[in-house]
Parts: sequence; structure tokens; C-alpha cells
Amino acid sequence: MRQNFDEKILDPVSFVTGEKEVVYRLPDIPARPPFEECAIAFLNEVSRVLLADTETKKFPDVVTFAFWIRRASLMKLKERFEETDSFRLGRGVVFHIAPSNVPVNFAYSLAAGILTGNANIVRLPSKDFEQVKIIACAWNRALEQYEDMKPYGLLVRYGRQKEINDFFSSMADVRIVWGGDATIAELRKSSLPPRSGEITFADRYSLAVIDGDCYLEQTDKAKVAEGFYNDTFLTDQNACTSPRIVVWRGSRIEEAKAEFWKHLHSLVKERYVIQPVQSVNKLTSACLIAARMPGCRVAGAQDNLIVRVAVPEISRDLMDYKDNSGYFFEYDCADIMELRGLCDNKRCQTIAYIGDRDMFLPLIRAGVKGIDRVVPVGMTLDFDLIWDGYNLPALLTRTVAMK
Amino acid sequence: MSFESLLQVSPYSLDRMGKEKLLTDRLAELTEFHRRNCPEYADILNTMSFEERKISSYKEIPFIPVRLFKELSLKSVPDGDIVKIMTSSGTSGQSVSRIYLDRTTASNQQKAMVKIVSDFTGSGRMPMLILDCPGVVKNRTMFSARGAGILGFSIFGSKKIYALDDEMRLDVDTVREFLDTYKGQKILLFGFTFMVWQHFYKELLRLKAEGIKLDLSNGILIHGGGWKKLLAEAVSPEEFRSRLKDVCGLGAVHDYYGMVEQTGCIYMECECGHLHASIFSDVIARRALDFSECEIGEPGILQVVSTIPESYPGHSLLTEDEGVILGEDDCPCGRKGTYFKILGRLKNAEIRGCSDTYAAKF
Repeated sequence: MRQNFDEKILDPVSFVTGEKEVVYRLPDIPARPPFEECAIAFLNEVSRVLLADTETKKFPDVVTFAFWIRRASLMKLKERFEETDSFRLGRGVVFHIAPSNVPVNFAYSLAAGILTGNANIVRLPSKDFEQVKIIACAWNRALEQYEDMKPYGLLVRYGRQKEINDFFSSMADVRIVWGGDATIAELRKSSLPPRSGEITFADRYSLAVIDGDCYLEQTDKAKVAEGFYNDTFLTDQNACTSPRIVVWRGSRIEEAKAEFWKHLHSLVKERYVIQPVQSVNKLTSACLIAARMPGCRVAGAQDNLIVRVAVPEISRDLMDYKDNSGYFFEYDCADIMELRGLCDNKRCQTIAYIGDRDMFLPLIRAGVKGIDRVVPVGMTLDFDLIWDGYNLPALLTRTVAMK
Repeated sequence: MSFESLLQVSPYSLDRMGKEKLLTDRLAELTEFHRRNCPEYADILNTMSFEERKISSYKEIPFIPVRLFKELSLKSVPDGDIVKIMTSSGTSGQSVSRIYLDRTTASNQQKAMVKIVSDFTGSGRMPMLILDCPGVVKNRTMFSARGAGILGFSIFGSKKIYALDDEMRLDVDTVREFLDTYKGQKILLFGFTFMVWQHFYKELLRLKAEGIKLDLSNGILIHGGGWKKLLAEAVSPEEFRSRLKDVCGLGAVHDYYGMVEQTGCIYMECECGHLHASIFSDVIARRALDFSECEIGEPGILQVVSTIPESYPGHSLLTEDEGVILGEDDCPCGRKGTYFKILGRLKNAEIRGCSDTYAAKF
């Protein structure tokens, strides 16, 4: 399928794994069945190399990824997603656009592509994250033993030039675009072949719902705080999965709030370094919502690490006022259906909860357009092959019907 | 406490004790006034659960971020009383601050500025050389910060001319003629720091090489607008002064710090190179962690308070500038009050997150 592209197009592309010649061969690389042994063995080897590397230990996100691609973990995925009554194959070539400011995200996207039997081209973040280097290095080490896997994972870097996006898109059977609305709009300028599909990860927001009674019963509140810290501060509360509002339920709300924020605060104080502009931004956001939505209350606080704004109601435009780096709306909620407006929005992604998961069923059954994930507090960042409402193994494979 | 009574006091004559009471009375009064007359401001104070009665110092009065004037129309007088809307200079695409002035506030801005600047230039008007082009003030319905600065300082000029044409070229003949006419008199020069450097100093330097020299040893230059562009060219304030002196004998050079949100209360640089707060205002450095007040010498986010704003709630603002308080009441120049230095704009944070950042927040 060599197309009429200028050979020079790939000149500005640097290959972190693989090389330019492999790109031209990609359309001829066989697609493989999902969860094939060689893919699992290879990823397990990457995991082994990573976990043996002392550098890895400096980056909890790399460690988490390394555990996610261990054989035991992959076998569980295989069990969950393998379909025995139909015959599936990878779609062919997957072109991934990694987000620019989440270092390890590219690796999950790539692993998903490999596991589903595809050859992959990954456009790495332009910023030179240590995490990317460590993973790329382990990838290349593992390839020494698994030469056959070489064309299945090409990690590339280039300056977002459209001609290069055009080129890779033209050979993609699936394009996966992370990085939100602006990046999606950018990539949509590069067309895909007729049979190809696209998976886009747009700008999203998330919320937390905490049953105060249930929270107060937890014995290890420091651990809950740790989980919530990871959900929020770890990514400057600016990931699509980071809760922007904490919705309180139950009969002992005030008591629960006091405990919850006290524990979180001591953790944030220990770990998070706030920059002046973040403090100014959070004050600005609080003043803006105060002026536009009368009846808000900022909770008294000893410092700017956590800014909490109690809102009088959950309006549909509430998220227009969201901010990051430790800025939370709060709402005491008597009836879960009060969240309908917030969740009936395609931008609404994750609900992190403490309490009874089933409390959200009426909300979901009401036919809201949002809510793709309902996960316990502390697990919002846990990657899964079902993400943002997409079943990746289904979307990255095709089914051969044999009758 | 009225603003009029403040005008009776010499602008740098009060020490901490004297100023504290005066500012606290006036600013508490303004806080209450704006709370009653600006609904958005009242909502902000309510949201912060602020109660005026409890304060013992003006430093306890809430500050609102300057960016709010870009997002909200904040005014404390009926629309009919508004005589002027000032806007900040923003690069294209950015939103600009809108500051609503009534007659009283506009006039008090001017009165305060006369008191402050006269302390440096002496009273009485002087022939004035504006180091900018006439085009920048042509559109008088919408004032840019540069235009507003020029018009604001124009009150000190008896005879005024623009030194640059609308292509920003130095009009040497006109300037020479002007200097000849007012030979032996004190001349006021005014311009924006970068413009002064780029279009005046550099041109003088070029002319000097050609053997043409202007004598400005009787001049007094007031310039403002920030150092960002000059620091990028590696020009320090010291070098700025010494090079100007070399090229045209200009000895008196005063930088100033000010913003469209608190026009009138400018902070003038003294002979020792320090920016000074007058009795009309004060500047407080605050810590990012909790907005507590910094020690002297400790860099922080600058809060500015002003006794002037009555038509809009801008009497206590949190800027986006970083600075450091150098001292209070003890500057060798003899002026009382806080003196400080600007370190620059707050740095943008590198925020993590899934959405790629194409444009910075501000």
C-alpha cells in the first residue's frame, strides 16, 4: 500500500523505538488474534525489565504500569475479554496520539493496541518525560528477545506537523486520540481511510460522591485520604478523571466533612508544592462563582492548599466554573437525582464514590448522557480496557463471521 | 474620613503608625460602601463570610484578584454617573480589564497623582516631551494603559510635544527645536520603559555616532510599564539609567509601578532606586501558601490597596505580580512609608492533566 507520499515526510520524525523503514512495512504486517501468547510474553518481559530497573522506583506511575502488564494481570484481562465463540483479529495499524502532559498514558494506549493484535505507531508527548525514557528503554531491551514484536510498537516523536499526521493517519485502521478537544480538532484535519475508525478522548469532568455515614465507619481514614489525593492532587486535579466536586450524602455530613478534609489537608501539606499562580487562580475562581452564583460559601481554611466552595444548587453550568490544583465544589445532596443535570452531559466521565455503588443506578437508568465510570475513591486513575465508555478490545479488533 | 482630608497631608510624610489608622479608616469605609453598592462585590464578601466590624487593620480587608475586572463589570455607581471607562492593554485575543470611573474617582485619581509626582518633580508645570507617538491617545473613548499613562502625566506638561511619529521614528528636528526653545528650563520626559529604550535611547545612540547629540541634562524622565521586554534584552534598571545618562546627559530617571485598576496611586521610584507607596495607597507582599503577610525582604505576591476607588470596588486588589518589600519608613531618600521592588509577573504553572495545553491561561 505504498502511497504517493514524499519520502522526505518522515525526515523530521525521530524514532524512540523501531526505525523509519519499518513504517513502510506496517501495512503488510499480519494482524494477530487478541491476547495472543507472544504479546503477553513480550509485555511481561517489558514489565520484568522495568521492575528490575532502580530508576523505575522513582516513578509510581511507571511502577503501576509495570504491574498492569505483568502476566498475571494480563491473564485476568484475557479472561474478561476473550470471546471464545467468535473469531477475532486486530484491526491492523493503530495510530496513537498521546496526551502532552500525562507521562505514562501513551504506554497504556500502546499496550492496549498490542494486546488486541495490532501494529502500533505512537506519537509521544513532545516533552521529554523521564517516565517515557524509562519505558522506551525497557521496551527496546525486551525487543532484543522478541524481535518479531518490533513492528508492533513504534514510538515516535515529531513537532505535530500536519503532513506527518496525514501520513500516519492514511495508514491507520484505527486512530486513538488522547489530549482533549483541541488535539482532536487538530487531528480531524487529517483524513482516515474509509474503513478506518477513530477513538477520541475528549475533555471530560468527574465528580466524587461520598456517603458521610459510610466514610465515618472507615477505620483507616489516612488511607482514604491517600486514595483521594491520588485521584486529585497527583495530577493537579486536572485529569479528566479528577473529581471537581464532592457531593455529600447521609446523616452525618458535617462530621464527615471535617474528618475527610482534615486528613486530606495533612497529606497535601506534606506532599504538594503550591505555586503562587495556583493560589491566585483558585481565589479568582472562587470570586467569579461567588459573583455569578449568589449563595456560595467558601469554607474557612488555614491556607490555600484546599479551596472548598459550597454551592447552593447543582446548576447545569457549574463545571464552567471549575478549577484545578485543589479547588472543590461541595454540595449536600438529599436525593441522588439532583445530580441528573451534572451527569446528563457528555462531558461527565467518572464518579468516584464512598458508599453503596447501587445508589447511582436510578441516575444511570434515567438515561443520562454522561457517567462512563463508577469507581471507588482512590481508583479513578486505574486504567482499564474499558475507558471513557469505550470497550477498547471490541473497538480495536474485527470479528470474522464463520458460518 | 474623606479623601479630601488625605489631600491635605504631604504624600510621604506619615510613618507606619500615622498611616495605619488613616488607611484602615478609609479602606474599611470603602469596603462597606462597595458592599452596599456593588452586588457582585457583596456576593464575593458574603461568600468569603467577611465581616467589616471585626477588622483591626486594613491588612485584614479581603483582596480581589485583578483578573476579575476582565471577567466581570464591577461598578458601585449608577451607569449614568460613569464618565470614563478605562481598559488595560491586552495583547489581541486576551480579554481586557474594564474600570468604570465617575467624576469623583476620576478627579481624585488626578489629584493624588499630582501630589505624588510633584514630590519628585517639584510643583508647577514643565515643558513636556512625550516619548511616544500621537496615535496612541487618538481614540479617547477607549483608553489603553499607554494612552491613559500619557494623558495622566500630561497634566504636568505646560507645552507638550510627541517625540515620535506614528511610525515610531524619532523626530529629531522637532525635538531639537523644542529643547532650544526651553533651554535652561526643567523638561519633563515621559514614556513607556520599552518604548524609551527602543525608539528613543537606541536612536539617540545612533545619532551620537553620527555626531548629533541632544542635551537633556535638564530633563527628568518618568517611565513605567514594566521590565519584561528589557530584561529579555538583558538591560537592567542600572544600565538603563547609566546608558541614558551617557547618551544625552539625562540624570533624573524615575521608574514607576502602577496599574489601570488603581490609576492615580502610582508608586514612584526614588533616587535610591526604590519604589515608594504614598499615603494614598500601600503594597503588601503575601505568601502563596496562605496569603499571610511576608517578612520584609521575603518575595511574595503583591496586594495593592488604594484610597481612591469609589466608583468601582478596586480599593484592595491582589495583583499577578511578584515583589519584595524592602523596608518601611527608613529609605535613605527620606520618604516615609513602604518601599519595595518588583520581581516580575507570576510564572505560569505547569499543570498536569489529560487535556493538552495549547494556550496559556493568561
